[in-house]
Amino acid sequence: MQEGSKPPIIEFRGVTKVYGTGHAAVHALAGVDLAIAEGEFVAIMGPSGSGKSTAMNLIGCLDKPSAGDYLFKGVSLGQLSRDQRTMLRRHFLGFVFQGFNLLPRTTAVENVELPLIYRGLPQAERRAMAMTALRRVGLEGREHHTSAELSGGQQQRVAIARAIVTDPVVLLADEPTGNLDTKTSREIMELVSSLNREQGITVIMVTHENDIAAYAGRIVRFVDGKVESDAPDREAA
Amino acid sequence: MLFEAVKLALQAIQRNALRSFLTVLGIVIGVGAVIAMVTIGRGTTAKVSADLAQLGSNLLFVRPGQFGPGRASTDAKPFNTRDVEAIRSQVPGLRAVAPVAQKSFTVIYGAENRQTAVNGTDNDYFVTQDWTLTGGRQFLDGEIRSGRAVCVLGETVRDKLFGRGDPVGRNIRVKNVSCEVIGLLRPKGQSSTGADLDDVVLMPLRVYHRRLAGNTDIGSINVSARDDVDTAKVQADIERLLRERRNMLAGQIDDFSVRDMKQLAETTMATTQMLTALLGAVAAVSLLVGGIGIMNIMLVSVTERTREIGIRLAIGALESQVLAQFLVEAVVLSLFGGLAGILLGLGLAWLATGGLRVPFVLDTPIILIAFGFSALVGVVFGYFPARRVAHLDPIEALRHE
Ligand SMILES: Nc1ncnc2c1ncn2[C@@H]1O[C@H](COP(=O)(O)OP(=O)(O)O)[C@@H](O)[C@H]1O
Ligand SMILES: [Mg+2]
Repeated sequence: MQEGSKPPIIEFRGVTKVYGTGHAAVHALAGVDLAIAEGEFVAIMGPSGSGKSTAMNLIGCLDKPSAGDYLFKGVSLGQLSRDQRTMLRRHFLGFVFQGFNLLPRTTAVENVELPLIYRGLPQAERRAMAMTALRRVGLEGREHHTSAELSGGQQQRVAIARAIVTDPVVLLADEPTGNLDTKTSREIMELVSSLNREQGITVIMVTHENDIAAYAGRIVRFVDGKVESDAPDREAA
Repeated sequence: MLFEAVKLALQAIQRNALRSFLTVLGIVIGVGAVIAMVTIGRGTTAKVSADLAQLGSNLLFVRPGQFGPGRASTDAKPFNTRDVEAIRSQVPGLRAVAPVAQKSFTVIYGAENRQTAVNGTDNDYFVTQDWTLTGGRQFLDGEIRSGRAVCVLGETVRDKLFGRGDPVGRNIRVKNVSCEVIGLLRPKGQSSTGADLDDVVLMPLRVYHRRLAGNTDIGSINVSARDDVDTAKVQADIERLLRERRNMLAGQIDDFSVRDMKQLAETTMATTQMLTALLGAVAAVSLLVGGIGIMNIMLVSVTERTREIGIRLAIGALESQVLAQFLVEAVVLSLFGGLAGILLGLGLAWLATGGLRVPFVLDTPIILIAFGFSALVGVVFGYFPARRVAHLDPIEALRHE
């Protein structure tokens, strides 16, 4: 863990998430403590159903913990309203999903522009920023293709461009390569780790595969809703 | 921000062209039907009331026989000229009393001919029918008395026989009687029942009787009462007089009838208005069905788009921004559908009123009501389902398959 004066960008204190009630209650997270410093590249691993996605959704403010405290840059988010959590996502977080989650029948550049629209940026500026982001993920020439006209790897690149076009502090990726073949997965991981190295974006990524996790500097293992192990990745530089 | 919402909405509409089309279709048909029906109904009513005004004031229509359920007596004795004279001299408060003997004959000029209604009458007919001339003159007393063969043509007959030419002073043949044209009637167009009022030839009664009919029967008598008298009293006076002249016993049912044309027209008017209301009601049902169609499509659409809403929320859209987009989308669709429906409805009404030869009367309140209703339905059913989804936690919406 980091020793400096700066608080971790993300900190869980005894975070619990329970789905359902009574006998049907599932403890997806059962008291998780976790701190991630700015600029880290963390891989979250663990068996299916161990609570990885639940943890990611809580970090991403897409969902609320049942108990425990979540601090972002040292500020507890427990009391935030719905709109305040949206503003936090808008200004600090970028999402990449396993299923890409692009808007159908919409071109790459329009998808990438989307988060900028909600920030109220004017059209011309938006377009320019979206084009730059698409270039950064290596998609020049594909700006006006719709999702149906792009391969899986290209769609995930569009999703990454959409996530980084707002210059987020944290990039959250839940099994970003889960739907991609090995070669394409490598390319996507090269891209993600370069964003971490060159832009200093904090990356938190869920994966099942060891060679994907190997891109990270730290691996957190979940078992049954608890952190089982948390260690620097020996293979990573 | 509003501008952005409009743009997002337009994009979404364009991306879902088929669904947008179906939504709009419901509104277009509903609004179109209401406006077409009501406009046609209004035109018909206007036409009937114009006819009513054209009937001439206080017109009573006297004819032999009784009309009504189970009372048709077609063998009733016709009137004669002495009946007409008796009415003229004995009933007070009359402006004009016109005898009418009518039958259909072929009229011929050169190579042209036409089967038309020929009326034997006198100058009082112009008063009772409120009919003026566009050319020539009415009958002279001498012509009426001597039975000289002269005639006044309706516009339809003139057009058929003479085309562009002026017929005044020329001789036409009615059956085999040569007859000088002395005047032209101002065109009246169609009656509310669609009959061509201008398809007519007028002749003095005496020459009609002698040369065409071969008898002295009078088929009907048109009576115009003065404005300052009560038509009900005039009607009663005529009935009493005719009963006497036709030697009817007390208790015997009249073998003639005196009808107040204004009353008849008012009845027709009431019927037309009821029909308009009925058409409007039928159309309102179609508008309602259109509304339910919109509701359906909007509900399906929002369910389909739950994931889209989830994505938007995840990447930083506020609930209010997502709602604004859906609201604007619904407003744009219903405005567009409403406008298209108004155009369609007015277009149909324009064609129909042209075909029916009734005036095209714009009914602004109905247009506004139909339009407002469609907008309301579109907005309500576009907005409320979207609100339900936009209020979900983003992750709930995203998980939706
Ligand atoms: N929306 C939900 N409702 C009920 N149970 C859920 C829900 N989401 C996840 N779970 C349960 O919580 C546990 C953790 O799920 P998840 O975080 O998705 O695991 P992982 O991503 O590690 O596979 C699982 O047992 C799963 O069935
Ligand atoms: Mg998962």
